[in-house]
Amino acid sequence: MDYSQFLFMREELSLLAVILIIFIADLFMSKEPRDGKPAQGSSIGIVACILLGIHTLANLVPFCEDMKIEQTAFGGMYVHTAMMTIVKSVLNVGTLVVFLMANGWLQRAENRVKQGEFYIITLFTVLGMYFMISSGHFLMFFIGLELASVPLAALIAFDKWRYESAEAGAKFILLALFSSALLLYGVSLIYGITGTLYFGQIGAILTGLSDNLLLAVLGLTLFIAGMGFKISLVPFHLWTADTYEGAPTVVTGYLSVVSKGSAAFVLMTVLMKAFADTTLSSQWNIGLFWLIVASITIANIFAIQQKNLKRFMAFSAISQAGYLVLAVMGGTAQGMTALVYYLLVYMVADLGVFAILNVVEQKSGKICMDDYNGLYETNPKLAFLMTLCLFSLAGIPPFAGMFSKFFVFMAAFNAGYQWLVLIALVNTVISLYYYLLIVKAMYINKSDSPVPAFKSDAYTKIALVICIAGVVLAGIIGVAYNYIDTFAYGME
Amino acid sequence: MIQLNYILILSAVMMFAGIFGFLTRRSTLAILLSIELMLNATDLNFAVFNRMLWQDGHEGYFFALFSIAITAAESAIAIAIMINVYRQLKDISVGKLEKMKF
Repeated sequence: MDYSQFLFMREELSLLAVILIIFIADLFMSKEPRDGKPAQGSSIGIVACILLGIHTLANLVPFCEDMKIEQTAFGGMYVHTAMMTIVKSVLNVGTLVVFLMANGWLQRAENRVKQGEFYIITLFTVLGMYFMISSGHFLMFFIGLELASVPLAALIAFDKWRYESAEAGAKFILLALFSSALLLYGVSLIYGITGTLYFGQIGAILTGLSDNLLLAVLGLTLFIAGMGFKISLVPFHLWTADTYEGAPTVVTGYLSVVSKGSAAFVLMTVLMKAFADTTLSSQWNIGLFWLIVASITIANIFAIQQKNLKRFMAFSAISQAGYLVLAVMGGTAQGMTALVYYLLVYMVADLGVFAILNVVEQKSGKICMDDYNGLYETNPKLAFLMTLCLFSLAGIPPFAGMFSKFFVFMAAFNAGYQWLVLIALVNTVISLYYYLLIVKAMYINKSDSPVPAFKSDAYTKIALVICIAGVVLAGIIGVAYNYIDTFAYGME
Repeated sequence: MIQLNYILILSAVMMFAGIFGFLTRRSTLAILLSIELMLNATDLNFAVFNRMLWQDGHEGYFFALFSIAITAAESAIAIAIMINVYRQLKDISVGKLEKMKF
């Protein structure tokens, strides 16, 4: 066996080392309750954040000679391109921000004993996403997908004593299993037609296929439906709002960004590789067209009516997922750059909002839109930072959100989907309305009992600094987009 | 030998029986059973395609094996969550999982 192929899996091995170190450290750092006193919090949180920070920095940029060459390991099961390193770095940064946010929540009395579990389970979902992103074979893809979604159910049901958390977990796991079954049935049909499960070989066999074309389209449809559940595109979005509302706020932030973003990228790479045939690609483009229109429009309509901010962010996330998938249309290199850049910008803005929602919920227990009335009077800094993040989500010019939306629209426009871009543009204006509802609540609406003034903990401050730096700088510094663009590849 | 078509019809019937059960059953455990039926249909598909059409490899068999193992892990998590729901509600019918909805 050639051991040098492990070198391509640098990110996975590094993350696995981080998980193992945290696992062992947790074993020795956790303190037993003694003499009738409750268990004290261990400092595993600092260890986890520092280790993940080191892991992020060590694997931040790809360092291979040729940017667009695919490196394969284990007979093509594992595929690595430079772009995948960039996507993994984006996921790392997102997870790091989530860890920083989580600290205050994990220090509460009922969570202290299970701090270590939170970090380990979360990192295992990240590992699953890594394998899913780098898969070259449907088996690897499926194992990665399940490694990413099964521990997520445990994370959603993490608040053991809160009923909503268990209900959200139940809804998530049942629909995740259902969508996996649909996806697998699609994959089995593809296997029946082609006799292989390697993406590259499937692509080669399906090209120019004349008989069995209908079966291939059925398999493709089931595959897209299964992925649609994971990305929560509209006809498959019904679990999203309930799960997001019931899950702990930190986990909601993680779900809405990291798990969604990785699934969108994988959808793009698999469609580009395995279903690149012209007949099939026109089919999935039509399918995605309607999914995107439905996601963006319907999610916007529902978001306007929400009072609970976690539900609100759920519908906002569905609508943003529509924009993410918009970059998949046509499967161009420009689209891939736009997708990764959009993911980065959306991640910092969305996690910024969630960091503030989380810290307000921890300090005052309030999560509804009306509770944010008069936040500017008591916590002006938080209100200002929240406004920046919401402006970026809505796509108001100086912030990164506007640039990322622009690049996605450019990619879809160049791929020949002008009408879709028009619909998405109209929806951007609608989304501006409901994002500004929160800004209005914070600045203009008066409240008799606003959220009292409080100081956030240091971890939340660091998380907010990372998010705001991303929101403000990622748009102005154009290097980021150009840098990502050097790694992008498209169909043909 | 049994023809390919008959087994595919069997697996399609299993799949759609599973989907029907998923949509109509009221107990979450019955829903879980329906999902198992769907996943078994896919495993059957993989095995039969491998046996009848693509005999020069073992990809289908291995996919079925891995999928059985992963499904078992998923069911374990699902049942753990059901137990948690049951502790708080004393009931696991989906009709009662309605605290959060539109």
